[in-house]
Amino acid sequence: MSDYLVSIEHERLSFFTPAGEVKALNDVTFHIKEGEVLGIVGESGSGKSVTAYSLMGLTAHPGKLLGGTLDFNGHRINDMTEKEMRKIRGKEVSIIFQDPMTSLNPVYTIGNQIREVLKLHTDKSKAEIQARAVELLELVGINEPQKRLKQYPHELSGGMRQRIMIAIALACEPKLLIADEPTTALDVTIQAQILELMMELKDKLGMAIMMITHDLGVVASMCDHIAVMYAGNIVEYGTTDDIFYRPKHEYTKGLIRSIPRMDSKEHERLVPIEGTPVDMLNPPKGCPFASRCDKCMKICLREKAPVMHFSDVHYSSCWMNQKAELEGGNK
Amino acid sequence: MAKYIAKRLGMAVVTIWLVATLTFFLMNLVPGGPFLSEKAVSPKALEALEAKYGLDKPLHEQYITYMKDALHGDFGDSLKQRGRTVSSIITSKFPVSAKIGGLAVLVAFFVGVPLGCVSALHRGKVTDNIIIVIATCGIAVPSFVICTLLMYTLGVKLGWLPTLGLGTWKHYIMPIIALAFYPTAYITRLMRSSMLDVLGQDYMRTSKAKGLSQFVCLFKHALRNAILPVVTYLGPLLAYTVSGSFIVEKIFSIPGLGREFISSITNRDYTVIMGTTIFLATLMVLMNVVVDIVYKLVDPRIKLK
Repeated sequence: MSDYLVSIEHERLSFFTPAGEVKALNDVTFHIKEGEVLGIVGESGSGKSVTAYSLMGLTAHPGKLLGGTLDFNGHRINDMTEKEMRKIRGKEVSIIFQDPMTSLNPVYTIGNQIREVLKLHTDKSKAEIQARAVELLELVGINEPQKRLKQYPHELSGGMRQRIMIAIALACEPKLLIADEPTTALDVTIQAQILELMMELKDKLGMAIMMITHDLGVVASMCDHIAVMYAGNIVEYGTTDDIFYRPKHEYTKGLIRSIPRMDSKEHERLVPIEGTPVDMLNPPKGCPFASRCDKCMKICLREKAPVMHFSDVHYSSCWMNQKAELEGGNK
Repeated sequence: MAKYIAKRLGMAVVTIWLVATLTFFLMNLVPGGPFLSEKAVSPKALEALEAKYGLDKPLHEQYITYMKDALHGDFGDSLKQRGRTVSSIITSKFPVSAKIGGLAVLVAFFVGVPLGCVSALHRGKVTDNIIIVIATCGIAVPSFVICTLLMYTLGVKLGWLPTLGLGTWKHYIMPIIALAFYPTAYITRLMRSSMLDVLGQDYMRTSKAKGLSQFVCLFKHALRNAILPVVTYLGPLLAYTVSGSFIVEKIFSIPGLGREFISSITNRDYTVIMGTTIFLATLMVLMNVVVDIVYKLVDPRIKLK
């Protein structure tokens, strides 16, 4: 157990809104080893970001952790006070957000915002902090770092700002970097650059990355393991190869069918997943994906499928697997 | 920057000229005149008076004469307060109003901003509700009601504060509270909504994710962004408030400019109307330039062109 950097077990989290309880996370379990890249994929509202924020103790107001344990780098996150959390945020675990255009404070210089983290978490002198800030900007591939430090966010492009965000996140060499859709708001060419930079820095600094995205292309190229989330559940977990070549959950299969492929024939149509995401205020009793699944059976509507392991790291919860197993056993 | 200020001041001159011109003609359109209200003025005397002040000449001639004199800094004599020039009225009355008004704006700023922040941070809780109710009252209740209530409670019933005039520092308390009431309430509401907006911004999430304490998040990252709408409001507010309030000055018997302003209109004291209006317009325009410059200092994204 302890060889995991991140270990989330049976996490349940709800938002208590005026309309009722929104069950954002239902029994989420996964682990990340040091230096590993875990991709979390799923559509909007599936609980990807909520999982990440809860790990940093940043769950937004009406949200409440209802059960499960969250361990990170020897800390039991559940039991930590806000004051203790502040010591590890930005130091042992950092996050970069989706929209670099709005993630930096517009009224302070880049330098101010980088130095701020260093001042908070290290005992470095002023000169050392300045030197480190320059070094960080060089690390994330920003030219003329001295000049950039004096500039304001609005004077830089989106790609540059995301590099700055990465520099801020990496300032104290965290053990874990959470990337919450880091490329969604960027141009495609810039996206590739940013992803490349993240992988390069991961190799250089040896941190683990939790990559939250809805872009399967991103996870395919970067991640060691992938967790597929749907309606607050991890419906399938496995290595990147497992997910792409041996998907076991109907939702994962649907996702993979819905992305364009290099080897597809001309005029071949993409297959979208029909329907809309489930209403999290009134989640269905059975499998959350049942209403959109074209292989839906009676039992799917009644009961949640048990988790079935296909290998040490590959597991999924789908009744289709149960059925296949039974049929296989009968033969 | 210097170029910008020069440009703005040039525009200010045009604005003030427009205000002066409009006021001059509108004022003369209103029926009545400075000497009509007094009883038993013989037609002969009236003619003599009008001739003395040049009111018998055609309007455009009066306008040209007034503008020429004004450009030379001569705003004429009061038509009603015999023997006093408009300039001397403004220079003697303005400091009184400015002192009370300036203090009231300070109070409004230093009470309204923290109240708005507290309210935003406790959104939806009891503290927030209490502040919102008080602020709404502050906006809805007219100042003469507040003046009277203050006088009745603090002055008459409790006997803590003197009710009339401006003798000691104690005399200043009630007028300042009365003047500050509305702007405090307004700033509180302004600050609350802009703070709520800022607290929901992505960079606030970033500052939290850095591990900064709530205090630093709030005072360093949120406040500077959230205060911008208040700065905008502060300019015109300052201009209005330092130039005096008719109601507050009347009720507390304060010899300020606000009273002069209103009574000159009811008296058709043309020269005083012109003088005080031009003075207020100048103040207003200057304050707006100052606000723009402060704006630029607070938010580097703003470009002064």
